[in-house]
Amino acid sequence: MNEGVIWIILAAILLPLSTAPALIWLERRLLGLFQDRRGPNRVGPLGLFQPLADMIKMFTKEDWIPPFADKVVFVIAPAIVVITILMSFMVVPFAPGFIVADLNIGLLFFLGMSSLGAYSIVLGGWASNSKYSLLGALRGSAQMITYEVFMGLSLMGVVMMTGSFSLQDIVLAQQGMWNFIPQFIGFVIFFIAGAAETHRLPFDIPESESELVAGYHTEYSGMKFGMFFVGEYLGVTLISCMITILFFGGWLGPDFLPPSIWFTLKTFIFICIFILLRAALPRPRYDQLMTYGWKILLPLVLLNILVTGAIILI
Amino acid sequence: MWSNLRTIWIAFTHLFRKKVTIEYPEKKQHLPPRYRGRIILSRDPDGGERCVGCYLCAAACPVDCISLQATEDETGRRYPEFFRINFSRCIYCGYCEEACPTYAIQLIPDTEMAEFNRQNLVYEKEDLTIEGQGKYHGYNYYKVAGMAIGGKDKGESENEDPPIDIRSLLP
Repeated sequence: MNEGVIWIILAAILLPLSTAPALIWLERRLLGLFQDRRGPNRVGPLGLFQPLADMIKMFTKEDWIPPFADKVVFVIAPAIVVITILMSFMVVPFAPGFIVADLNIGLLFFLGMSSLGAYSIVLGGWASNSKYSLLGALRGSAQMITYEVFMGLSLMGVVMMTGSFSLQDIVLAQQGMWNFIPQFIGFVIFFIAGAAETHRLPFDIPESESELVAGYHTEYSGMKFGMFFVGEYLGVTLISCMITILFFGGWLGPDFLPPSIWFTLKTFIFICIFILLRAALPRPRYDQLMTYGWKILLPLVLLNILVTGAIILI
Repeated sequence: MWSNLRTIWIAFTHLFRKKVTIEYPEKKQHLPPRYRGRIILSRDPDGGERCVGCYLCAAACPVDCISLQATEDETGRRYPEFFRINFSRCIYCGYCEEACPTYAIQLIPDTEMAEFNRQNLVYEKEDLTIEGQGKYHGYNYYKVAGMAIGGKDKGESENEDPPIDIRSLLP
């Protein structure tokens, strides 16, 4: 393994990991602004050291495992979400050539990893052995399985147009026109499914702190809770990266900025939109979410595949 | 669906609205003059203490945070020997101010009394007494009360007639 690859691997791990604390700050500031507040601005310049303070708080908290919990699973569960999402970053092309592994099934790898992320919720909720956690895990698993289906299907249009599962090929195929124009329905559905997949608001039904205390991570404290927290922000980053790559031309853009900057900029905009969604929309009821998924989005996405296929054939 | 998009747009426009946050230590909120905050003991226009130690404030206090001991000086003028308010109990209801017959105890628009040590929230008379007259100017209890104290006999108060000898037979 040559030296360049090691640097790329390090960057692919550290970049997403370091965006997580930045996102904590960004989300709190933006949410504040959307709600006519100012958000945290006391710790350091513009409140930038707020995540640092949060981190110190989280590390010094008691790392408690409830006596009624299934200890091994309880400890493993928060690690799963972080590991699976970091694994997904393996196939994300940040810039031309700046990719850890250009798998020819990169997209499938991403989908598979995000499906495995569901285990984190299920196991965490189950191992906690408390009713709120279990309810959260139950909802979480149902939601993730539901949205997994058409998250995959919504991308099939893109794959059909490109003829490849490799993310790098998908980006390069968008040089003429970004995919969100011909695949607009696919983009919207992938966006919704992505929000549901990372259980962000308005789809934070497994967590829903106003009903289930904190859902599947009710019993978690200290850095184990922190892992779920980081995992959520990593998920947001990942989904934003994927939207950028699949529908908005990845690193492609006019020449006056380098490709990596274009990629970062587009990803940043989608992260901000995710935060905006959190500020704007109320949480739907659990059954509404399932109905919405199976009765509206699934037929829509199948129709999208049908039409795309028909157009390609003609 | 349309209303959802509209909601998102409205939330976005809030990004550029005026913020309602008052950044406290730098900018202070305006408190109206009648705001019920820190309790003070005021003085009369001549600089004497207004409090006459009648215990009405202590009796009116719903949380029993006022304690005092009345005493008299050689001229017969009553004043509190000690006057203690425990602000860790006080609920700033203002009943003491309403009960006070001499405008001595008053609530002022000041809320910045945070302490690291709870014991420091117990204010003694020296901490409570201010130099001025507070909200009610020109009122001097002993000048209008028909009570004889040193330097002023009965009937010498403001708006008071000299005492009548009711046992006299003369009309």
